[in-house]
Amino acid sequence: MAEERKQRKPIPRVDEESKPFWEACARHELYVQKCRHCGKVFYYPRSFCPEDLTQDLEWVKCSGRGKVYTFTVTYQNQSPGFRENLPYVMAYVELEEGVRMLTNIVGCKPEEVRIDMPVEVAFEDVTPDLSIPVFKPVGK
Amino acid sequence: MGITGKAAVVGVYEHPLRWAPHKTQYQLMAESARGALEDAGLSIKDVDGLFTSGVGPMGIVALAEHLNLNPDYLDSTSIGGSSFVAHTAHAAAAIAAGYCTVALIVYGSTWSSDRFAIGTGGGAGSDPPDQFEACFGPTTVGDYALVAQRHMHEFGTTSEQLAEIAVTMRRHASLNPFAKFRDPITVEDVLASRIVSSPLHLLDCCMISDGGGAVVVTSAERARDLKKKPVYILGAAEACYHTSAGCRDLTDAAAKQSGPKALARAGVTHKDIDMAMIYDSFTITVLVTLESLGFCQKGEGGAFVQHGRIGLGGELPINTDGGGLSSNHPGMRGIFLVIEATKQLRGECGERQVKDCRLALCHGTGGTLGLRHSGATLVLGV
Ligand SMILES: [Zn+2]
Repeated sequence: MAEERKQRKPIPRVDEESKPFWEACARHELYVQKCRHCGKVFYYPRSFCPEDLTQDLEWVKCSGRGKVYTFTVTYQNQSPGFRENLPYVMAYVELEEGVRMLTNIVGCKPEEVRIDMPVEVAFEDVTPDLSIPVFKPVGK
Repeated sequence: MGITGKAAVVGVYEHPLRWAPHKTQYQLMAESARGALEDAGLSIKDVDGLFTSGVGPMGIVALAEHLNLNPDYLDSTSIGGSSFVAHTAHAAAAIAAGYCTVALIVYGSTWSSDRFAIGTGGGAGSDPPDQFEACFGPTTVGDYALVAQRHMHEFGTTSEQLAEIAVTMRRHASLNPFAKFRDPITVEDVLASRIVSSPLHLLDCCMISDGGGAVVVTSAERARDLKKKPVYILGAAEACYHTSAGCRDLTDAAAKQSGPKALARAGVTHKDIDMAMIYDSFTITVLVTLESLGFCQKGEGGAFVQHGRIGLGGELPINTDGGGLSSNHPGMRGIFLVIEATKQLRGECGERQVKDCRLALCHGTGGTLGLRHSGATLVLGV
């Protein structure tokens, strides 16, 4: 059942710009990008700096910690991969590195999730080569 | 420079159907086009500018073919539900530039009878951000719920305050014979309805209906000789907000950028506006839009929508037709904002007429507030 669910959830469509990010996720490491030219730290990954379009970028390994910026407990979603797993928590997590990313909160009851709750990254292996970054309460 | 007063809305038509399993999308468009042209006293052969959205990539050409038109000007800007508000401004600009003289803006949809799960469906697209989102289960309701949750956290906004918006829209719908939901509801009813995606309840969400509508715009000069009182296009602006490379403030909407520009271009201020049509995909959409437009301070939207202020007879009546929450929402609702505002400015709204209505503001929101959305503001006046 769990295996079937994982296969049916939309699998991220990795492209040339995002490949290093997803390769790191597969190793259970979370990276964001930083522009060497202007210092901008950004998410989601791309091949150029979204401030100045330069391509002088570096990958920054994240601490994996952050806090919940906002969330919603979803009780209704007809799509395969989600309708079997209601309710689930979708959230924006603000990473210690300063950027916000859309994710899921796992490892606790949906009703326990709060804004500003400290969380840390966990990885859900959706295929042998691909893992998606989700977050759980720190210490859980 | 500018479009102020150079073009006018001269014909509008809202298709009365909310459920049309026996009609096609293009049929609803054709019927709506006929209605708006009759309203203006013009014929289909007068149309030389065509505007639509909600069709396929070449859908506007198919629409021209279906209507047997050979327009000089085509615009199928697709920025979500706000598209038709933007089209109205684009039509005014095209007319002011002399690129067309009679613009037909038209929309039709059978999304309800086609059973599209637009609010609670998902699925992956192929735009760059989709790979960082679709796997986490975003839904339209969920994306807006993210904004509602944050707004409550930062400003103490309550579910009761959001519910007040739904209750007000329903009260307005009860005065609109074509509205889909006309039975009054209470704040308690909204709070007792099931949670679709917290903190949004079922009654915080717009419906999905079928429907269609059309708007005819022409030059101010030509408008003077037509059937109905011209409703002048005074100012407009567009904007889009997105994840801003990971730094977006979710409680701001694109209206913050487009609203003040549209008002300035029209040469008016907030207090001059007699009524507003604010895209109400969800109750939170209205609250955040009113704040972002500047009708109240950020964070004060909850208090602003209470005590009848946004109802008929209040300081700023909004969505007098009942909105997407209670009248109709066939996937995209922007065209109905322009239609209802026009009827109000002409004084054609009967029981739900706003007294001495001379200036109206429409603001469309397309996409989702929580991920990415467009905003289109339009100021109309007589
Ligand atoms: Zn840079």
